Amino acid sequence: MSVIYVLLTISIVVAVIFFTAFIVAVRNGQYDDSYTPSVRMLFEDELVQDPSSKKQKRKLPQREGKKENIQLK
Amino acid sequence: MEVYNCYHCGDDCGAAPIEVDEKPFCCNGCRMVYEIFAENDLSYYYDLQSAAGTTPNLIEGKYDFLETPKIIERLTEFNDGDLQIVNLYVPHIHCSSCIWVLENLNKLNPAVSGSQVDFPKKMVRITYHSEELSLKQLVVLLARIGYEPYISLDDFDNKKKAVDRSLIYKLGVAGFAFGNVMFLSFPDYFDLSTNEVSGGEFWLNEYEAVFRWLMFTFSLPVVFYAGRDYFISAYKGLRSRLLNIDVPIALGILVLFLRSTLEIIFNWGSGFFDSLTGLVFFLLLGKFFQQKTYSFLSFERDYKSYFPIAITRITSNGKEESVQVHDIKKGDRLLIRNEELIPVDGILLKGNARIDYSFVTGESEPVRKVSGDTLFAGGKQLQGAMEMEALKSVSQSYLTQLWSNTVFQRDRSSKFQTITDGIGKRFTVGVLSIALVATCFWLFADASKAMNVFTAVLIIACPCAIALAAPFTLGNMLRIFGRRKFYLKDTLTIEQLAQVDTAIFDKTGTITTAKKSTATYEGMPLTPEEESLLKNTLRASNHPLSRSLYEILSEQNISTLDEYEEHLGRGIEGSIGENHIKAGSADFVGKQTTTDGLNTTVHISSNDDYKGRYIFHNQYREGVSEVFREMSYQLSLAILSGDNEGEKKRLERLLPKLTPLYFNQKPAGKLAFIESLQQQGKKVLMVGDGLNDAGALAQAEVGVAISENVNVFSPACDAILDASKFQQLYRYILASKKAMKIIKFSFILSLLYNVVGLYFAVTGQLQPVIAAILMPLSSISVVAFTTVATNLLANKLN
Repeated sequence: MSVIYVLLTISIVVAVIFFTAFIVAVRNGQYDDSYTPSVRMLFEDELVQDPSSKKQKRKLPQREGKKENIQLK
Repeated sequence: MEVYNCYHCGDDCGAAPIEVDEKPFCCNGCRMVYEIFAENDLSYYYDLQSAAGTTPNLIEGKYDFLETPKIIERLTEFNDGDLQIVNLYVPHIHCSSCIWVLENLNKLNPAVSGSQVDFPKKMVRITYHSEELSLKQLVVLLARIGYEPYISLDDFDNKKKAVDRSLIYKLGVAGFAFGNVMFLSFPDYFDLSTNEVSGGEFWLNEYEAVFRWLMFTFSLPVVFYAGRDYFISAYKGLRSRLLNIDVPIALGILVLFLRSTLEIIFNWGSGFFDSLTGLVFFLLLGKFFQQKTYSFLSFERDYKSYFPIAITRITSNGKEESVQVHDIKKGDRLLIRNEELIPVDGILLKGNARIDYSFVTGESEPVRKVSGDTLFAGGKQLQGAMEMEALKSVSQSYLTQLWSNTVFQRDRSSKFQTITDGIGKRFTVGVLSIALVATCFWLFADASKAMNVFTAVLIIACPCAIALAAPFTLGNMLRIFGRRKFYLKDTLTIEQLAQVDTAIFDKTGTITTAKKSTATYEGMPLTPEEESLLKNTLRASNHPLSRSLYEILSEQNISTLDEYEEHLGRGIEGSIGENHIKAGSADFVGKQTTTDGLNTTVHISSNDDYKGRYIFHNQYREGVSEVFREMSYQLSLAILSGDNEGEKKRLERLLPKLTPLYFNQKPAGKLAFIESLQQQGKKVLMVGDGLNDAGALAQAEVGVAISENVNVFSPACDAILDASKFQQLYRYILASKKAMKIIKFSFILSLLYNVVGLYFAVTGQLQPVIAAILMPLSSISVVAFTTVATNLLANKLN
C-alpha cells in the first residue's frame, strides 16, 4: 500500500503543474481581456496574407461569397 | 426615390453619392478610407460588418505636439529609440470589423510590427519602428482610416497603472486548495468518525496522518494568503470600533484553522480543512462577482481626461511651437485651431471665435466672441483659428479650480455602512453570546466538551451565506442595469441609490436634449413667398441656428438666390429678384426696441419691413413630465440650473407644481446647495451632465451623469445613464430598493441555516462532514435565491 505515496505525489505534482499554468496565464494578462480573443479566433486566416500573394487572390476568387467584392476591385 | 447609405459609414448619402466600384459613399473621406482598405486587401472589413466605419475627420496640425520627445516619452509604454510600443484609446472601436482592421495595421504600413486590440477597454496596443513611422504619423494614419485615437492630458499625467490581479490569484489559490482538500478528505468521509481504537478501516487509519497533514499544508496558503484581506479588514474595523461583517468571518476562519490544526496534532479528529478552504473560496467568489466593472467607462474623469496634452504657443518672434499645457504661463500667446479646446482662461486677441461650452455647461449653442472678450477654459473653438493670451495657468483657471475642492479627495466608501456591515454587528454580538452561553452550560454538564462546543458554534455560525447575499444580489443588479444602459461604478452605489430621498436635476443637457429643435413664431405671418425665400436663404448658411430653423420650416422648392450675404455675428440676407429678406439679431433687421428677454431669437424682416421673430426653446427629453410626476410622490425634487430664467415658465408647466427651480447657479454654488441639503439629513441624488455639475455629482450620495454617448464624455460620477433611458430613471431607483429587499430575505434564509447548524454545534454533535455539507449548501442556496430573484426583478424592468 505504500504505493499510495507515489500516487499522492503524482496527483499533487499534476495539480501543482496546472496551478502554475493558471498563475502564468494570469500573469501574462490572459484574463485581462476575455472578449477580444473570442472574436479574433473567428477571423479567417486566408485573408491575412502578405501582399505578394495579392495578385493571385484577385485572379482566383476561392469562395463564392468573396467573389463579388474581389471582382469589384 | 432610392436612398443610398454610405458603404463605409452607413450615413445617408443624400442626393448625389460619390460612387466608386459601384458603391455609394457619403463623402470623400469615406471614399478614401475605402480605397485605402481596398488597395491593401483589407476590404474583408466590410464583410465582417457592413457600414462599420466612421467618417474620418482630420484637422491639419492637430497632432503636431506628438513630435515633442518629452511627450513621446510619456505616452509610449516602451521606447528604445527605434522600437516603440504605445497604448492608444480609440473610442470608435465598436465591432469585430474594428478589431480586424486594427490588428492588420501592418498591411497598411509595414513599419507597424504588431497591434493588439483590447475590445472591452477600446484600447489598441501598437508596436512600431519609430525610425520609419513616427508616433505622429501613426496617429494620423489611424485618424485617416477613421480610428482617431483620443489623447488627453490624463494620458500624460498618469503613467500606466499596474493591473491589480491579486483577487484572481487568491481565487485561484483558494479554488486549487479547496479541490485538493476535498479529495484528500474522502477517506475521512467514508470512514466516519472511526479510528484505530474503535476499529476503523485499517488502511484508512494507516495513512490518516499523511492525508491530514497534506490537507493542513494546502490550507496554509488559503488562510495566510487568500484569506488575508478578511483579517486585515476585521482588524481595521475593530480598531475604529466597528463590528463589520468581516469580524465574524475572520473569527470563523481563525477558529476553523486553529481547531483543525489542534485536532490533527493530537489526533482527535480530521479537522475542518474542507470547510475552511471552501468557505474562503466561496467568499472570494462573491467578491469576484461583485467586482464587475465597465472598463470602457471611466467614473473618475476630471478635466484632465479631455484637456489636450499640448497646445500651440506663439513665441515672441512669431514662431509656433508646441507647449505642454502645464507649462503655459500667464501672458503666453496661444494659437487655438478649429475644434481645439481652450486650456486656460484668457483674452481673445485675434480671429473670430465661436466657442462651444457644452463640456462645461451642457449648453449646446456656441457663443460668439470678438477680440478682447474673455474666454474660459473648457470651451471648444468651432470656427477657424484664433489667437488668445493666457490670463492664468491651467490649474488656476475658473473651471479647473473646482477640482481643488476637498470633495474630490474624499473616500466615499469609508463613510457608508453597507447593509451587510449593518447586520454584521448584531450578528457578531448574537453569535458570541450564544457561544458563551453554550460553553458555560457545557462547563457544568460536561467540561470536556466545552471547548469543542465553543469552537463549533463559531465555526458553524461563520456568516458565509450572509456575506455572499449582498455581493451576488448587487453584482447581478449591476449587470442587469448595465444591459439597460445604466452603468454603475460599484455595488455600493445601488445601496445608496435605494436610500435616496431627494433628487436634484441639472437643466441643460440633463432634462433637455442637446439639440434645439423647437421654435415658435411671433409677429406678422409670413407669406408663402417670404417663407420660401427665408428657407432658401437659410439653406446657404452654416450657422447652427440657421440649420435648426431650416429643419423646422416646411419644405419649399429649392430656388437659386440672386444675392446672399452672411454678416458674422449678426445675421444673413438673401434676395431673389425684387424680394429680399434678412434674418438675424434685432438690430440687424432694423428693429430698435428689443423685448427678447432671455431666450434665443432670430428676427426676420422682408424688404426692410420688420415681420416677426422665431423664439427657440430647449427641447425637453421625452417623458420628463412623467418621470418628475412619478418621482414627486416619493422624493423631493428640485432643478438646479446654470442658465438664466428664460425657460422658467415652460418648466413650471412641465414639472409637478411647486417644484423648486433655481437658476444662475455656479458650479461651486451647486456643490454648496447639495451640501446644505445633506446637513438637513437628506440623501441626495444628483443628476447632471456637464463639468459644471462635477462638484455636485461628487458631493451627492449618488451622482448620475446623463450622457448622449456613454463612450465620449461624462464628468466624474457614481453612475452613467444613457440619455435614451432617462424615462426609466425612477424605475431603476425602485429596482434598487427591491434589490435591498432581496438581500434582506437572503439574510433570513441564511439565518435559518445557521439555526440548524447551531443546533448541532450547541449540542456538541458537530461532525466535520455536517459542516462540510451545511456550509456550501447554505451558500449555494442563497446564491441561487438571489440570482433567481434579481432576474425576476429584471424581467419586470422591461
